[in-house]
Amino acid sequence: MAGLELLSDQGYRVDGRRAGELRKIQARMGVFAQADGSAYIEQGNTKALAVVYGPHEGMGQGWTQGSQLKGARGRHMQDRERKTGGFVLEIRGSRARALPDRALVNCQYSSATFSTGERKRRPHGDRKSCEMGLQLRQTFEAAILTQLHPRSQIDIYVQVLQADGGTYAACVNAATLAVLDAGIPMRDFVCACSAGFVDGTALADLSHVEEAAGGPQLALALLPASGQIALLEMDARLHEDHLERVLEAAAQAARDVHTLLDRVVRQHVREASILLGD
Amino acid sequence: MKETPLSNCERRFLLRAIEEKKRLDGRQTYDYRNIRISFGTDYGCCIVELGKTRVLGQVSCELVSPKLNRATEGILFFNLELSQMAAPAFEPGRQSDLLVKLNRLMERCLRNSKCIDTESLCVVAGEKVWQIRVDLHLLNHDGNIIDAASIAAIVALCHFRRPDVSVQGDEVTLYTPEERDPVPLSIHHMPICVSFAFFQQGDPNPTYLLVDPNEREERVMDGLLVIAMNKHREICTIQSSGGIMLLKDQVLRCSKIAGVKVAEITELILKALENDQKVRKEGGKFGFAESIANQRITAFKMEKAPIDTSDVEEKAEEIIAEAEPPSEVVSTPVLWTPGTAQIGEGVENSWGDLEDSEKEDDEGGGDQAIILDGIKMDTGVEVSDIGSQDAPIILSDSEEEEMIILEPDKNPKKIRTQTTSAKQEKAPSKKPVKRRKKKRAAN
Repeated sequence: MAGLELLSDQGYRVDGRRAGELRKIQARMGVFAQADGSAYIEQGNTKALAVVYGPHEGMGQGWTQGSQLKGARGRHMQDRERKTGGFVLEIRGSRARALPDRALVNCQYSSATFSTGERKRRPHGDRKSCEMGLQLRQTFEAAILTQLHPRSQIDIYVQVLQADGGTYAACVNAATLAVLDAGIPMRDFVCACSAGFVDGTALADLSHVEEAAGGPQLALALLPASGQIALLEMDARLHEDHLERVLEAAAQAARDVHTLLDRVVRQHVREASILLGD
Repeated sequence: MKETPLSNCERRFLLRAIEEKKRLDGRQTYDYRNIRISFGTDYGCCIVELGKTRVLGQVSCELVSPKLNRATEGILFFNLELSQMAAPAFEPGRQSDLLVKLNRLMERCLRNSKCIDTESLCVVAGEKVWQIRVDLHLLNHDGNIIDAASIAAIVALCHFRRPDVSVQGDEVTLYTPEERDPVPLSIHHMPICVSFAFFQQGDPNPTYLLVDPNEREERVMDGLLVIAMNKHREICTIQSSGGIMLLKDQVLRCSKIAGVKVAEITELILKALENDQKVRKEGGKFGFAESIANQRITAFKMEKAPIDTSDVEEKAEEIIAEAEPPSEVVSTPVLWTPGTAQIGEGVENSWGDLEDSEKEDDEGGGDQAIILDGIKMDTGVEVSDIGSQDAPIILSDSEEEEMIILEPDKNPKKIRTQTTSAKQEKAPSKKPVKRRKKKRAAN
């Protein structure tokens, strides 16, 4: 939208935040009883749900449980599952068989049809979902200690309920919490955040309006303790000289996210232990 | 076809070489392979060769109705296909992960960076716009598909000419190439991808990186970082993949290297485009058929090896001089009789204990006529020995009843030396051994 001032003279953005400010993050772990691990996160208006199954037996050739799939295909798969009495061959998803020395991480990303401003029917295996799944997989393969679970498979399913900018970041944060909820050992939290660049200032945690304006966007997934970058992705033109500033803004935002997620995890553990009566 | 797995020793060799900053084809760590750009007869068709990796790019256009939410912009469509001829592992429907990754990268690099002015592709707002379709086919896979594909895409787009269109009120006239010269696309900048392969050796952080990995290096690499830049040093896309952990300063360093490389490649592209333009204008021959060089084997032509071999001899001399001399090998022949020679001791006979007293063989055969004398002597000696022991001579009940006993001719003493040599010469062959045993049983 031309004419929309992304950064005002006083340094306020469209939604009243400052340049380096994050949106309000609210997260909850253990939302589903059925799954091994689950989490729900809200980053501003972006809402994402993550569910983790595993580590379970590597079913090889992409076998999966039909009941895990959502939507029309899921129902179809569930029918077949009932008939075959167990597992259904999942055409999509990871085709690799279980690895002998480490766990296989399988990620699937799905965006709800009502998640964007216009209702958009997204076929399950379209390129963008596939790419997101691949990126999530790459991020978590680097972070999860896969050597501890050879020959097994860890499934991570992420569903975006409302997309208001920073969907990749929200997915990664939700998946981190879900993996922790499932008790799967990881090297460190994986915290992600997006960043942009407007008028010589680096902005952290972009909303949809800021993304749609067409400026450069950077998505960064970070392991906060060591500062290692698990995934780095950038779109649209940004001059090389500004790269460092944007990277730094994204890294700082990811570290802030880490503080919040850490607090959420501790709170959850405290609640769980109280319920257990310890 | 399933991809042949890389053997462990090959992997180790590659990694060791990289640790010592050496590459298999003799390049430096930041060197690109030779890039060759050739154009087809039609506008918008080109083949880019990056070393042996070959990508064909073809651009075509069509008038369509625009997208609803972007009524005044043209449509850009990219499609990268991994042809089955590129590598044995590529099969239809099998390499979806790689394909998705490459396609998305191409899309983001070229579409999101707005290298083409899509507004200029609009003919009638809301009704008719140009849809530009870029098809890339990988013809040969020798590593680093992304770079070659991005170069091919941008070269094809720069080379392409779309038909001229004029709008008068409601009338839209599309001119054929004969009526009016086709018009080039308006390209703002040329984004080019540069790939960095990372190798993690021991340390948690990747310590070695290579630019433009070839196929072998890609197989052993731990991760890939792709940076797309244009010559104005604007970064169009960054994508890290492969599960490696990067540090911020590594990314910054790579972006600096990418800047340098992109400048070189852009120059090359512009020169190639210029050359092609010149050739077409002058009416010379152009097209793929012309660009494939005639390969004739002549007496004086030899393809230059990629590795510098000018000092190979000196290096070899050095290595030989420093190496230990080989252990003493007995190689002097011993002459027993005229026509008989012994070289070496022969293989140690595994029947050694049994054969100590055995010294002969009655082995006939024309090829061993030379040692017949010795053989005869053997028999004679044995008989005499046994005779002195007063042992009864028992003929064996072996199936080989045919035993040729040869009469001694010469002095026993001389015989002895000859027999030893005969025995030693016989040792490697199995048949005499068998005979010997039977003879012994007989005795």
